[in-house]
Amino acid sequence: MEKRELTCIGCPMGCQITVEMENGEVLSVNGNTCAIGDKYARNEVTHPERTVTSTAVIIGGDKPRVSVKTKSNIPKDKIFDCMKEIDRACVKAPVHIGDVVVKNVAGTGVDVVATREVPAV
Amino acid sequence: MISYDIVIVGGGPAGLAAAISARKAGVDKILILERDKELGGILNQCIHNGFGLHTFKEELTGPEYAQRFITQVLDEKIEYKLHTMVMDISSDRIVTAMSREDGMYQIKAGAVILAMGCRERPRGALNIPGYRPAGIFSAGTAQRLVNMEGYMPGREVVILGSGDIGLIMARRMTLEGAKVKVVAELMPYSGGLKRNIVQCLDDFGIPLKLSHTVVDIEGKEHLSAVTIAEVDKNMKPIPGTEERYTCDTLLLSCGLIPENELSRNAGVEMSPVTSGPVVNESLETNIPGVFACGNVLHVHDLVDYVSEEATRAGANAAKFVKGEMAENSDKVIDIVATDGARYTVPSTINVERMDDLLTVRFRVGAVYKNSYVSVYFDDERVMHNKKRIMAPGEMEQVILQKEKLKEKSGLKKITIRIEAEDAN
Repeated sequence: MEKRELTCIGCPMGCQITVEMENGEVLSVNGNTCAIGDKYARNEVTHPERTVTSTAVIIGGDKPRVSVKTKSNIPKDKIFDCMKEIDRACVKAPVHIGDVVVKNVAGTGVDVVATREVPAV
Repeated sequence: MISYDIVIVGGGPAGLAAAISARKAGVDKILILERDKELGGILNQCIHNGFGLHTFKEELTGPEYAQRFITQVLDEKIEYKLHTMVMDISSDRIVTAMSREDGMYQIKAGAVILAMGCRERPRGALNIPGYRPAGIFSAGTAQRLVNMEGYMPGREVVILGSGDIGLIMARRMTLEGAKVKVVAELMPYSGGLKRNIVQCLDDFGIPLKLSHTVVDIEGKEHLSAVTIAEVDKNMKPIPGTEERYTCDTLLLSCGLIPENELSRNAGVEMSPVTSGPVVNESLETNIPGVFACGNVLHVHDLVDYVSEEATRAGANAAKFVKGEMAENSDKVIDIVATDGARYTVPSTINVERMDDLLTVRFRVGAVYKNSYVSVYFDDERVMHNKKRIMAPGEMEQVILQKEKLKEKSGLKKITIRIEAEDAN
């Protein structure tokens, strides 16, 4: 049996939650004080996901970097692979919010998109 | 002298929302003065997500949130001047501004909206001993360098203060390949959101040391190491608890201070608790026709609340210039924060001038669990709301109804206090 200790992010209470697991199955969730904590803990131990935000190099724009994000959450263990691909990307101005900067980043099926308007100069 | 109905000082989230709101209320000549090269303010460097959940019901990054308001300002054809520094605001609302393009000039304003935002507490205000080498940045400066200019301030990082910007930068610099060794926080609790502690520190195994501070800085030309130590209840370092960390970068995330030099010079009355102006129900300062909103008024945790507050300031400024605002009489109700509530915004109410519903925001001074927010009209308790948790880092609010205030004629004082148990 495996034990995981988590801090709930549902509210400022920050309950310390203990999850007991076996073979990837959740056996029990303890320490939470509401349903939000239970749901958070189960998601977090089975398939944790995050949105990654960073910047990419842009050429011909009025600024040196364009801010970007993964269009939706990606698996947490793909964060650094995602960062590597964003670092390799180089886009040309003009760029609009929502334009794809990296397609299917790190094989997650999720695109990295621009989050700023960068006009060409 | 040129003249405008409303002059807004600052083109960040507060200034933008105030301008849009004033225009929608029918004000024609509005001017936003912004010292940076673009509109949007600090949101432009806040590339992380989590903005706009209240306003747009979706999670946006800072630049995306800003763009929604910038687009409206452009659509409404609201005038704005960039690269423009406001030098002075007089008590009769003459705004003196300066830019490379236009030189120094004066504007006669029907109303002024203060929306200058806040600044980070610098090293000089923290009394950290040691050398003064290169490599020490406020977290926000580092954020600007990394996210907008594309420079990394360093590779081995120690962060003092666990405010949200510090936490966000711990993650940001880790993602860009730096090693963040430790975050030290003077207080026994973090001022940052739980979500940021988990997703910016725990996710990357970065230790957070509560009740710790920096006691020495080494390095003559460039930072080479810092020493942190545990502090006792009186915030004094405990001898023997020192730990030395080699590093080339120290980020400071030790609180934000509203930027009110202009307000003070204009004669605006200031609150010693918030370091922002004292305002009435209309978000108007003691100078008639001078309004304040956003972080220059009090530091917010959520930009959504800034936008909402600024929208009210803009609407009230519009009423003022159109002559629709009721005269301010001496029938003013004071709002008093006590017993755990540190301050309120606004701090006075003139019932004749208030909207049907008025949001009063406040902060608590410590962590309170299973406590009550109580509102008293003079000596009568009229609200008693249980809260599972309240913390200094999370702004609280109560909503007052005009109807209820009118019912209670002769009301002099509204008190907001935190109560542990039901006193009845």
